[in-house]
Amino acid sequence: MSTPYAKLPAWADYGLIPVINLAVAFVVAGFVVLLVGENPFRAAAVLVEGAFGRGQGIAFTLFYATTFIFSGLSFAVAAHCGLFNIGGEGQGYIAGLGIGIVCLAFDSVLPWWLTFPLAIIAAAAMGALWALIPAYLQAKRGSHIVITTIMFNFIAASVMVYMLVGMLKPANSMAPQTRTFLDGAQLPKLNWVIELFGAKIRSAPFNITFLLALVVAFLVWVLIWRTRLGYEMRTYGHSPKAARYAGISETRIIIVAMMISGALAGMMALNPTMGDQHNVALEFVSGAGFVGIAVALMGRLHPVGIVLAAILFGMLYQGGAELAFEMPAISRDIIVIIQGLVILFAGALEHMFRPYVQALFASLSPRTVGMEAVKGKGA
Amino acid sequence: MDMFNAIVQVLDSTIRLSVPLLLACLAGLYSERAGIFDIGLEGKMLVGAFAGAAAASVFHSAYIGLGMAILISVAFALVHGFASITHRGNQIVSGVAINFIAAGSTIMLGQAWFQQGGRTPALASDERFGAIIWPGADALRSVPILGPIYSELISGHSVLVYVAFLAVPFTWWVLFRTRFGLRMRAVGENPAAVDTAGISVAWLRYRALICTGVLTGIAGAYLSMVQNGGFVKDMTAGKGYIALAALIFAKWKPVSAMFACLLFGFLDALSIRLQGTPLPLIGKVPVQLMQALPYILTVILLAGFIGKAIPPRAGGVPYVKER
Amino acid sequence: MAQAAIELIGIDKSFGAVRANRDINLEIVRGTIHGIVGENGAGKSTLMSILYGFYQADSGEIRVGGQSASIKSPNDAIALGIGMVHQHFMLVDNFTVLENVILGAESDALLKKSIAKARSELERLEREYGLEVDPDAIIEELPVGLQQRVEILKALYRGAEILILDEPTGVLTPAEANHLFRILKQLKEQGKTIVLITHKLREIMAITDTVSVMRQGTMVATRETRKTTVEELAELMVGRRVLLRVEKGEAEAGGVKLAVQNLTVKDSRGVTMVDDISFDVRAGEIVGIAGVAGNGQSEMLEAISGIRRAVSGSVMLDGKPIDLTGAADPGELRDRGLAHVPEDRHHVGLVLAFEENENSILGYHDDPRYLRGPFLNIDAIRDDARDKIAKYDIRPADCRLKTANFSGGNQQKIVLAREMEQDPGVLIVGQPTRGVDVGAIEFIHKRLIAMRDQGKAVLVVSVELDEIRSLSDRILVMFAGRVVGERGPEATEGELGLLMAGVEHQEAAE
Repeated sequence: MSTPYAKLPAWADYGLIPVINLAVAFVVAGFVVLLVGENPFRAAAVLVEGAFGRGQGIAFTLFYATTFIFSGLSFAVAAHCGLFNIGGEGQGYIAGLGIGIVCLAFDSVLPWWLTFPLAIIAAAAMGALWALIPAYLQAKRGSHIVITTIMFNFIAASVMVYMLVGMLKPANSMAPQTRTFLDGAQLPKLNWVIELFGAKIRSAPFNITFLLALVVAFLVWVLIWRTRLGYEMRTYGHSPKAARYAGISETRIIIVAMMISGALAGMMALNPTMGDQHNVALEFVSGAGFVGIAVALMGRLHPVGIVLAAILFGMLYQGGAELAFEMPAISRDIIVIIQGLVILFAGALEHMFRPYVQALFASLSPRTVGMEAVKGKGA
Repeated sequence: MDMFNAIVQVLDSTIRLSVPLLLACLAGLYSERAGIFDIGLEGKMLVGAFAGAAAASVFHSAYIGLGMAILISVAFALVHGFASITHRGNQIVSGVAINFIAAGSTIMLGQAWFQQGGRTPALASDERFGAIIWPGADALRSVPILGPIYSELISGHSVLVYVAFLAVPFTWWVLFRTRFGLRMRAVGENPAAVDTAGISVAWLRYRALICTGVLTGIAGAYLSMVQNGGFVKDMTAGKGYIALAALIFAKWKPVSAMFACLLFGFLDALSIRLQGTPLPLIGKVPVQLMQALPYILTVILLAGFIGKAIPPRAGGVPYVKER
Repeated sequence: MAQAAIELIGIDKSFGAVRANRDINLEIVRGTIHGIVGENGAGKSTLMSILYGFYQADSGEIRVGGQSASIKSPNDAIALGIGMVHQHFMLVDNFTVLENVILGAESDALLKKSIAKARSELERLEREYGLEVDPDAIIEELPVGLQQRVEILKALYRGAEILILDEPTGVLTPAEANHLFRILKQLKEQGKTIVLITHKLREIMAITDTVSVMRQGTMVATRETRKTTVEELAELMVGRRVLLRVEKGEAEAGGVKLAVQNLTVKDSRGVTMVDDISFDVRAGEIVGIAGVAGNGQSEMLEAISGIRRAVSGSVMLDGKPIDLTGAADPGELRDRGLAHVPEDRHHVGLVLAFEENENSILGYHDDPRYLRGPFLNIDAIRDDARDKIAKYDIRPADCRLKTANFSGGNQQKIVLAREMEQDPGVLIVGQPTRGVDVGAIEFIHKRLIAMRDQGKAVLVVSVELDEIRSLSDRILVMFAGRVVGERGPEATEGELGLLMAGVEHQEAAE
């Protein structure tokens, strides 16, 4: 998404700079903590303790991370193709419809391991479909995809309210949600894995979707760096002119990339529905689609980075809950602030610290000085 | 007569509901006309709402509240400028970031300072902007047709409502009748032309963003100090995005923006009014369809099916001197 | 002694390693038209941008009207009475003429007064200089010639005494250009000083009083126009450079491999850039297209390779016609044996953020050799890239390195290796050695000749005249979108220079 500046070693580019960005985001968040009269260092300690201190915390951290891996991958796939898919939230939400229909239809007749693949397909298909219209409008009519995907988030919300209040809600219930899924649509927990290490878990929604997320992260890596389609997407994302030169169809690549992105966003709906609540409820996505933007930017659009960033944000979500409990002056919403700050510093201000890091590296190695002088100004 | 009263009531709530949209929409107009995309209208409105209600309840003054709302909202606008003008960052990413920071910090600070679950204390009447009753409004109320129109629609709104509607001709005037407006429109179309004319592109864009901040601040103050007697978490509820939709719908023109916001406000008022009541001819319209209509209309517009919405040409692109 | 309007003393300016201007000294006499000529990249535009405050010189002094001046921004230049008409107009397309004229020079915070003042001022300028234009017209609805007039009006409205015009006739029709010259003469009579930057010698001879020649960042000569000739200027411009002669035998041209027929191309503004040209390239020959940049060569290359849609025309590849006006697709042309080394390797020919091996398949990424089903065959791709690296001596020899980290010459070799190793029937190459170091130039030239000797049809477009002369078996000269002449490789520099400068055919023959 950005043009290369002067050369930095890969570890600095992919490791040091994200860490600096993250550190600055935390420092600013620390000031907010000071503003409410608490000790930021103690807050940080509570947060980490809450996320990793006990098996229960770890399970919740990984549960949250599962959803974020999907939404982060969704954003990243579109971004590799130069597209800003801000509609992951809506694509994930609407996918709940597909999941709901599949689960309500099959949970009494099929075992979970048959319902699950059907639900995956339904979720991916709904998400892809919801991304298709903005993609088509961008490719064919030049409608700005950022605006259309935002609009589709709201349209998705209205559709889901309509469906949940109307068709999907059991007749005798007041709550705008589906009935609870039967065993055939409840995914097995993975808490026992953590318990193997001696931890005790009372109950946590950490489930098999996490493994799916890891598999999908690997598949996304294969897609982006090991397939012809991924090659074409990256070419278009870096340089539409080079893509044209290479004979890559603009319309096709935009639509395909957005549908894959939408499918991934759709799959994030599996975790909270089949893995945790065992129903499809109003606003079950609760911002996870947007967290994906922060996760993807933080993970520098690479699946490994995204998995790590998703775990970091899972930790924030879980640790944030503990924090709110331990230090009442700090509400859970500190994580939303941190999220915003990460997007600001790792995204919009990604180049703010880069010149300083480059200058630092240049002063350390005389060879790089020359290169920077040539590249920095000549560009 | 019942029918007539119902219509007046719907129109009255149309006005009330369209005011925050209108203020935010005009705010977006300044920024986007200067070539800076702003999807952070939502967030700036939200911090404005919070800062306004918080300051009003602490200092017991509606005007201090309004001042604070504007101040904080402008500060957020400047952050957007710092990222997208000074550091040439991605304007969309910056806007998203601002919305998150706003959403999180308002709840967190609200909870920490007032301990009412993210709300600010209910504002007393002198901490809010009350209704201004126009002369003779009560006396004329009983006059058929004109009476209700005068006393309900025209009179009886808070000062911020009149500010919002006056901001429309004012913005038009600024945009098309002043030097600042000319330069602002130019920088949104072709910043190189402005640069070669010896005007600072960055400073001009920063000034446009300050205007944006002022207006989103007022919009936020309206939400928490007029429409509601205090701040409630996430009280903007997507209004910033509807305003953005209205801006596109209005093709970045102030007067059209007013009509777009009135239309979207009317849809909102109607959907509240009609909850479950069937309409003649059409039958029962789902509330959700009414709520989604602004977004659907905007998508259709963007697709080029109702005219073409051409944004300012330099929008979204950081200005870099050639070569 | 006439008074100097502007003196430039020892101006130096570098962009990174590129020295765009070195030790420039120039004196421009008040009330004259002073031409500055030079090839593309000679440093003319940089020098004028320094004078207009767009860039700051690294060292040197500027004197305006005898006073040492510090010009840090266009504002300073405007205050000193310097105005500039840019090559790409600095106009706001959806503004009126009046709005554009007052932008940045408003007399009042309210537009009404500013516009009223500008309106009467424009009327005055119209009377004095014959600069007629409807003040209320919208810029994008005006023809290019009138848009340029608005640029001139903008400068005059700001009180410009010194007017710089950067390649002003590039976008004009001959009639519009003649009109412009009349206006410039009139301005001179009114005491204005005019600096005209151009590469067209005909214009220089027609209207300037003095002419300075720039070459490779230096000011090589200043002459009184009436005491010089086109031939002398052409020679000064091109210079007596050491010609990098490449060993090559006689061409053994075979049948026609590539035939371009009636090609017409317009740019995005609708200006005709290529005007109904036709030519052939036969097997076993190199056809070179000479011309000053901006005369339609780029658009022609893009159209022939399927990147840009043509208004009319087709190519015959091996006798089979392909229409270029429809949905011509670069992939299809590539499949039919047409390989293309584009002019702009940074944005078109390469993806700089890619690893070297990824770029070595760009455009051929759907070749089964590089694939295993839908997957990239990474081993095959990297082996293939390593082979090319060895064969073309690409350094550093690391196919995993990011392409941005290769030097210009090595980047160009990456593109050439990719295109040549596909064994195409036809190879078209835009600016084969632009931004390439001397060592690589020789290598690239040898490769191109080897392609010819293998019986390929090679089309080379270059703004470097030496290159065209040393490579080509036939030389076509493009000017203003047309092929204005064909010469053998024995043609002299002066002869080609005149054709490139748009001087009439007959004159050149003498």
